[in-house]
Amino acid sequence: MANTDTTNMSPQIAGTYDETIFEEESLGARISGTINRNKLLVSGLALMLSVVLFAVVGSAVIDPERAEVGFAKAEKEVADGSIQLRDAPRLRPSGEYWLGSDQFGRDVFAYVAFGTLGTLWMGFIAGVIGIGIGTLLGFLGGYFGGWLDAVVVVLSDALITIPGLMLLITISAYLDQLTVEQLGILIGVISWMGTTRVVRAQVLTLKNRVYVEVSKFNGQGDLEIVFTELIPNLAPFIAAAFVGAVAGAILLSIGLSALGLGPQNEPSLGLMAFWFIRFGAVPQGMWWWFGPPILVIAIFVVGLFMVTAGLDQIANPRLRTSV
Amino acid sequence: MTVDYVLKRLGMFVLIIFVAGTLNFAIPRLRPTNPVEERMNQLLQQAGGVHIANVEQMIERYEERFGLKNPLWLQYVNYWIALSRLDFGQSIAYFPADVTKEVRRAMPWTLGLVGVTTVMAAVIGSFFGAWLGWTRTPLAISFVVPLLLIVTAVPFYLLGLLMLWAFTVFWPILPGGGAHDPLLAPTFDLRTIIDIVEHAILPAGAIILSSIGFWGLGMRGMMVTTMGDDFIKLAEFKGLKERRIFVRYAVRNALLPQVTGLAINLGFVVSGSVLVEVLFAYPGIGNLLYTAITSNDYFLIQGVLMYVIFAVGLMLFIVDMIYPLIDPRIRYRSA
Repeated sequence: MANTDTTNMSPQIAGTYDETIFEEESLGARISGTINRNKLLVSGLALMLSVVLFAVVGSAVIDPERAEVGFAKAEKEVADGSIQLRDAPRLRPSGEYWLGSDQFGRDVFAYVAFGTLGTLWMGFIAGVIGIGIGTLLGFLGGYFGGWLDAVVVVLSDALITIPGLMLLITISAYLDQLTVEQLGILIGVISWMGTTRVVRAQVLTLKNRVYVEVSKFNGQGDLEIVFTELIPNLAPFIAAAFVGAVAGAILLSIGLSALGLGPQNEPSLGLMAFWFIRFGAVPQGMWWWFGPPILVIAIFVVGLFMVTAGLDQIANPRLRTSV
Repeated sequence: MTVDYVLKRLGMFVLIIFVAGTLNFAIPRLRPTNPVEERMNQLLQQAGGVHIANVEQMIERYEERFGLKNPLWLQYVNYWIALSRLDFGQSIAYFPADVTKEVRRAMPWTLGLVGVTTVMAAVIGSFFGAWLGWTRTPLAISFVVPLLLIVTAVPFYLLGLLMLWAFTVFWPILPGGGAHDPLLAPTFDLRTIIDIVEHAILPAGAIILSSIGFWGLGMRGMMVTTMGDDFIKLAEFKGLKERRIFVRYAVRNALLPQVTGLAINLGFVVSGSVLVEVLFAYPGIGNLLYTAITSNDYFLIQGVLMYVIFAVGLMLFIVDMIYPLIDPRIRYRSA
């Protein structure tokens, strides 16, 4: 009983407090203030989220059968003059098929939704793994220094010059059929170098700050310092690197899949690119087939650029005045 | 520029080649079974495109060349000895053609396409970005910057695809593939040159359009930062002409990081050109790699990859050598 009393009381206290002093300032104004100050960042996030939302909601709502080969049907006149329901590939956009159907009778709208989800999922896996390896190596090199640092620097400098897509193509030539998850892991493993550089540089500047010294004098271990002092300060950098890594992985995977070397059994935007290149969507003028996936990719990457530019503005105030 | 600095960069170049070469050695051996042997057996069974005698000869050469019965370290040593002679073996698909010969035949097309477009995009983009960073017209900034963002956001090959549709289907004025008219004799007269340029417009346009934004936006950012620097203020207080401040003070200093950008961008362009070449059936390195992969031509794959990494590494080394010469603020001393 005592518990319910206090919970009933606290909102009242908070309410009066807000109304009298902070009501205008605190919520609405603060959010709109943040939005105004970081227009680029917020609209970039909105663009990226809209793609994610489209993929998640779309693939939850749409019947997966629509994305299967031979789904599209239309009434056609057959030889004897009667009208029957027949397979209808290459349909133009209509009320029933919002983005028409492709060469194989898949509903393009449905396939783009499932494909976007597959591609985003792959990018997410690659981002997590790339950031994981990159952060770990960056910390090891930056914090402990010495020969470990030398190895990390040399390795990341050498690997970063090897064109990622070339390496990926070569590796995939020796592998059997990949799944979306395996491709994500593979891309993560070969694209951690950027994160390592950023994290290492930050750790180098952070580790000599006074508060780190103080923790050392207080007798905290290396691991404790890393988790309580360094990681919280690095979080924004790691977050920015994660966004970049996901987008980079998505573009890499689309490049690989467009050549027909990616996962073949699960829907993805890259696999879609492979089909519309291979089966001549362009000479046939089927803009509803190749247009939508390109649009989705463009929206996502433009969003990413805006987020990066927005983060730059926060870090570098000189850029703010002129946009 | 000190000897120390040159040696360090040279060491980096050697290291890149070493890492790439080791990867090239290790990747095929990570499989439990031998992919080349599998491929040979497959050819033996088909005995279609290649005669059985040829396949047997290939296997023999292959055994002799790689000595797979040897211990791993000896294979590794032999591998480097062969590489140092630029000997990548013989193509499986085009047996008995040398891998090196195939690569050298494709290289000029890619160097021409990627080289010319990269330089053009860098020059156009940088000056465009410089203007965007200098001008105070809000109209230019609020329209051109988003436009650049969007064009850059679409990957090369997809932009190329859109252009292919626009100029060969929607408004058919340009050839849709290849590097030249196959009926035209390969002589160097005006007609051939026009034909080659005509075929290069679409793939080159795709690469230039999508990398102009990279250069332009990077340059603009550097211009804005430079314009806030004290030496610009000093130049203004001295009453120098605006044009002089723009060219000699702002652009010159903002341009420097763009040179490093050139090095970073190069690998990216080379990768992207694989897809552009495949899309436009352009007979360069990218298309060669694609053919090699679709026909499981492992020696050709390895050869192409090593050549590309060698070229990119060499370019990086050259940029590293040029950079201290053009940046007045950097004087490399042995620390």
